[in-house]
Amino acid sequence: MSNLVQGQTGEWEVVIGMEVHAQVTSDSKLFSGSSTAFGAGPNQNVSLVDAAMPGMLPVINGTCVRQAIKTGLGLKADINLTSVFDRKNYFYADLPQGYQISQFKHPIVGEGVLTIELSDGSSHVIGIERLHLEQDAGKSLHDQHPSKSYIDLNRSGVALMEIVSKPDLRSAEQAGAYIKKLRSILRYLGTCDGNMEEGSLRADVNVSVRKPGAPLGTRTETKNLNSVRFIMQSIDAEVERQIEVIEGGGEIFQETRLFDTSTGMTRAMRSKEDAHDYRYFPDPDLLPLTFTQNYVDQIAAELPELPDDLRVRMVNDYGLSSYDAAVLTEERETALFYEKASIGRDRKIVANWMSVELFGALNKAGKTLAESPITPVALGELVDLITDGTISGRIAKDVFADMFETGKAAANIIESKGLKQVSDTGAIEAMIDKVIAENQDKVDEYRNGKDKLFGFFVGQTMKLSGGQANPGMVNQLLKNKLK
Amino acid sequence: MSDLLQLSAVEARAALASKKCTATELTQSYLDAAVQTEALNNYVQLTHDKALEMAAASDVRLQAGTAGPLEGIPLGVKDLFCTEGVETTACSAILKGFVPPYESTVTSKLWADGAVMLGKLNCDEFAMGSANETSVFGPAVNPWSDSNGPNLAAGGSSGGSASAIAAQSALLATGTDTGGSIRQPAAFCGVVGMKPTYGRCSRWGIVAFASSLDQAGPFARTVADSALMFSSMAGFDAKDSTSANSPLPDLASAMAAGVKGMKIGIPVEYQRDGMDAAITTLWEQGQEWLKDAGAEIVPISLPHTAYALPCYYIIAPAEASSNLARYDGVRYGQRVEEGGSLDDMYEASRAAGFGEEVQRRILIGTYALSAGYYDAYYLKAQKVRRLIRNDFDAAFADVDAILTPTTPSVAFPLGVKQDDPITMYLNDVFTVPANLAGIPGISVPAGLSSDGLPLGLQVLSGAFCEEKMYQVAQVIETQSGFSGAPQRAAGRANS
Repeated sequence: MSNLVQGQTGEWEVVIGMEVHAQVTSDSKLFSGSSTAFGAGPNQNVSLVDAAMPGMLPVINGTCVRQAIKTGLGLKADINLTSVFDRKNYFYADLPQGYQISQFKHPIVGEGVLTIELSDGSSHVIGIERLHLEQDAGKSLHDQHPSKSYIDLNRSGVALMEIVSKPDLRSAEQAGAYIKKLRSILRYLGTCDGNMEEGSLRADVNVSVRKPGAPLGTRTETKNLNSVRFIMQSIDAEVERQIEVIEGGGEIFQETRLFDTSTGMTRAMRSKEDAHDYRYFPDPDLLPLTFTQNYVDQIAAELPELPDDLRVRMVNDYGLSSYDAAVLTEERETALFYEKASIGRDRKIVANWMSVELFGALNKAGKTLAESPITPVALGELVDLITDGTISGRIAKDVFADMFETGKAAANIIESKGLKQVSDTGAIEAMIDKVIAENQDKVDEYRNGKDKLFGFFVGQTMKLSGGQANPGMVNQLLKNKLK
Repeated sequence: MSDLLQLSAVEARAALASKKCTATELTQSYLDAAVQTEALNNYVQLTHDKALEMAAASDVRLQAGTAGPLEGIPLGVKDLFCTEGVETTACSAILKGFVPPYESTVTSKLWADGAVMLGKLNCDEFAMGSANETSVFGPAVNPWSDSNGPNLAAGGSSGGSASAIAAQSALLATGTDTGGSIRQPAAFCGVVGMKPTYGRCSRWGIVAFASSLDQAGPFARTVADSALMFSSMAGFDAKDSTSANSPLPDLASAMAAGVKGMKIGIPVEYQRDGMDAAITTLWEQGQEWLKDAGAEIVPISLPHTAYALPCYYIIAPAEASSNLARYDGVRYGQRVEEGGSLDDMYEASRAAGFGEEVQRRILIGTYALSAGYYDAYYLKAQKVRRLIRNDFDAAFADVDAILTPTTPSVAFPLGVKQDDPITMYLNDVFTVPANLAGIPGISVPAGLSSDGLPLGLQVLSGAFCEEKMYQVAQVIETQSGFSGAPQRAAGRANS
């Protein structure tokens, strides 16, 4: 599939790089003991350090370091045993220290990779440039007072991982797949909850266009996108804008842009000339961050199975389609649900029931998997009842609907409603005889060569059985009787 | 009871232990002395009630036999240390009215050991200065000033601390030393001032000037008092990531041991043209004393000495420019609302709140860190810093301690160097290298100039080897027989 975009002057290639800010899952902040709990009242989670009181000093939170290493390992990246925290200096009301502690020249994690799969079945390896730890800033609230801004420092000092990709992405779809895959890996690792609505995961997107084979064009950076949809929309909008500008004889300026969710367009925020001189220098309050390879190896040994490995295992060992495997591994919770539901059973049938029936029902009901009224065990039991012939697939759908409605076990529903499949030859033959007797004209037509009518007889028999007749047996017995 | 003021801390402890006086009496004497010497402007705030409360509590503990190592000893605190419930300004307008809800680690440790807080001592604004002239409260005055002549500088930045110790309005005092801010005023005022190894004393709760150089240390009248106070101040603090977890050496036995067999280095680069002759003479005298006491004097070279001062004046302002960014008038201190925007408020608050020298250093530091200049200035200075440290490492591979003058001149009259920052910066030429290298240094009063002004000798030792420094300092103190009696000390008629 070509990613090239058609313009007035020919085709354009899109080049995208992403900087993702992922909030580290940790009970306390990067350099202070304050809580990171979401939803606290304004300025409730603020320590003397977070408020930059005179004489206060940062102390690194070991949990956050561990989480960054874990994430680096999950991205198959180089882990730097020595890294340095720098100060990024700028004035803003929600930055009490007047600088953000970040890692500039020597990040904790170096180059890695992330593989994305697209709907056309293709997969692409996207390079990771680096991952570093840094503090989040506070939040400015502009809507609380007619002329003043309010400041909430709850986020001030919260640990973020900035994960920077190489400019390897070539379309909005790829960018969407990248953020989804990254989110998935972070959630598998338990290093970031990936909650985009709460701001735990935000992306800055760098976009440029060029004629295929030409050197890189000038890029713009669209800041602070907090949903997959916005990321993709903003890229499409920005690509369209850039092509229009260039083809109209204009020039793209290196600048920071904002995505306006109401118009679906990006607009300029500040140009390169207005860019801050951050005056980075190593934070003298902190020694270089060092740890041993042994420590990294210990973390590596405890790493959970990641979606890529799991997906390969599902295809190779379970015989699932690549698509089903991708769907089932996207979220760790889904994969765990599936493992529990399918263990010791026909993996493919369970995969099918999950991705079609269960997801369908959840979608319709607006529920998440965690809220599913059907437990993994209950779904497994339902599949067992199908495979052992207790109920037909068709009846199973009704049973499933009932299970979803009531949360009851499949066996109970079948029992109480008498839905058990009829596999008794005599009973089925009696029904077939009745159908033949009542439709003698059609029997004649069939026997005169109108083969298509076979389905009619199957349908009538099944109807007569209330759907409970074993469809395989009905087929077989009908063929014999109609000979 | 002015005779109580004559006791050293070690003697006062003995007097308190043997019930010859009470902590309340001792404290009251010092509070009276501070009032009496008010003209020296070394206190910016006397915490009279708190002092007497703490003294009363000390008396209870002395009575109960639960006295700490500094029980009942009246102590002044440089206004750079955050003190819970007591206004802390770093002698800057921008922090006027700031009352910390927390206590610095160092002062907490001193109070825990029984010391009594007399008040907050004057210093240069944000510890930036060498004469205490940049303080928003005006300069502290050197008690050695002739009351008929011009007022002399107490030195800086810890001018108030040095002045108060010399004037006998504090028995002990805290200071901080970023480039000589303890040792230089100690030399000017004829008292003992010590900068510990970087990392010995927690920086938590001390208003930061230059984080990689700042180190708290004691002011005292004797070397033994200095060691006593240092032992209470020092110690690992998990709240300061640069705090060192290294056990404190046995200072008392070291000081009792003498210097027989020790090798003392004399750096050739510290012989400067234009240095006061009295200082050169005293330095030579110091070498003789140590030789007499059995030490071996060895000439050494610290080849990068000449680069220390310029290197310091890149690194310290660079760190300061960032450390002082938090003073924006938003959360504490003084705010000036002018114009409508946030930037207007920042600019107005900082323009009104910071004095000239602080503004100068913020600008120098901001420039040194700017894109395009970073490599030429900050990075280069860090490399030079490493070379300076290597110089000392090489020297201490061979010698136990190094002896130098503390300052190139005696105390100068207030006001004369104010217009020339470079001349002012030269005051720190002998003290700055120790900060850059992170090693400990002590200034011991060892003699008087022809004008009768005190002169100090500096002893440096390897990092975390303070015992060797104290060992040498003790011998110099004993041999010099210096008995500092400034004209304007408390109890003297013309103070």
